[in-house]
Amino acid sequence: MLTRRIIPCLDVRNGRVVKGKQFANIVDVDDPALLGKFYSENGADELVFYDITASNEDRDIYLEFVSKVAKELRIPFCVGGGIRTVDDFTAVLRRGADKVSINSAAIKNPDLIQEASRKFGSQCVVLSIDVKKNANGDYRIFLNGGRVETEIDAIEWAVKGVELGAGEIVVNSMDDDGMKNGYNTELLKMITDRVNVPVIASGGAGKLEHFYEAIDYANVDGVLAASVFHFDEIKINDLKSYLKNKGVSIRL
Amino acid sequence: MNVVVDYGLGNIESVRLALNDLNIDLVVSDDYETIKNAKTLILPGVGAFRDAMSRLKETGLDKLLVERVNSGVPILGICLGMQLLFETSYEDGEHKGLGLLKGSIERIPENVKVPHMGWNSLNLDKQDDLVKYLNNGDFVYYVHSYYAVCDKDLIVASSDYGVNIPGIVRDKNIMGIQFHPEKSSLIGLNILKAYKETIIDEPISSN
Repeated sequence: MLTRRIIPCLDVRNGRVVKGKQFANIVDVDDPALLGKFYSENGADELVFYDITASNEDRDIYLEFVSKVAKELRIPFCVGGGIRTVDDFTAVLRRGADKVSINSAAIKNPDLIQEASRKFGSQCVVLSIDVKKNANGDYRIFLNGGRVETEIDAIEWAVKGVELGAGEIVVNSMDDDGMKNGYNTELLKMITDRVNVPVIASGGAGKLEHFYEAIDYANVDGVLAASVFHFDEIKINDLKSYLKNKGVSIRL
Repeated sequence: MNVVVDYGLGNIESVRLALNDLNIDLVVSDDYETIKNAKTLILPGVGAFRDAMSRLKETGLDKLLVERVNSGVPILGICLGMQLLFETSYEDGEHKGLGLLKGSIERIPENVKVPHMGWNSLNLDKQDDLVKYLNNGDFVYYVHSYYAVCDKDLIVASSDYGVNIPGIVRDKNIMGIQFHPEKSSLIGLNILKAYKETIIDEPISSN
């Protein structure tokens, strides 16, 4: 039986893992390679690495850190941040990534999803979506690490992304990021109801129950979190035992 | 020399890292002569079947691989590399594979989420050296949308995902793994360890 995935996320800035709240107030956490190795050996089902300030001049440094983390991992590795072209896909895959996450570039150029999935297969193309509810109660997607609002509806964008070839959707709820009040299960359920690819919940995990709610109510395939794992508030193995006791299919 | 065939697609780096953990002496190469003289071959791959086959054809590696394997050189295909070992793939049309194993590559029926992405339990279907360190139900990591439809005799281990997904296939010196042993933590390393002990460290068979 396929298990639900527990996914720690490394937000990396200038070669260090950092963590913020609602995409701001960022603090330094640790060395990404050390943290990655720890997670690989301690029950994580996958590791996600986002370069949250990726820019052209930092590209080489960023790739160097992708390599350093990949060397330490014997679990799947998804890399994102500043991916703009099929060549960028090739570069991170060559450094040991298994999947590549795209966000802003896919919004600006949806053809990238199609080109990349044709070349590498859709399982390699992860569409990451930064979502925030607007004053009218509509879920809208944001560009550039949550800095620029768009008029695009989040659920429609997820559906379109899958049609174009995305093989997984990561839903980052900006309002819930770092707040530890639980995932946005309403938003997640709207997306899992509409797409037939794995959906990963991101943003808001603070307690064991939050992970269960996202899996049980919103039927997500994976739950992603950063600070609760980085600051050792929740141990991955404890979380897995808890979920397994609740009847969730888990790799122990 | 043990050669990881580099045809310009896929996650060669993670395969190389895992094999390095086991102190397997190997080179990653796209060179015709190097591959021709290989003692064992590993064919990794992530990507689209059609692109992979056309890369192999452009360089003449398709014929070379078939010729070497038919003369007894062991080959291990991983993920897309395993799919390439079969006769035909129906990914985006119909494409000929290397034809080393009988069977075809077809899309996973959509009554489950596709791609099949994540950790699934492995059923050991028959005894084989490659699974000597495994237990029934061990978890391995899959990422794929297409699967092998083949004779039961080829299947060493499989997983349930709507249909029965062959996880490890084997016909003598021709071996394929659909999941990613290099990403399947200790279980995956144990498969590669068994591969090293029974294939790589074995003297060359005259077949």
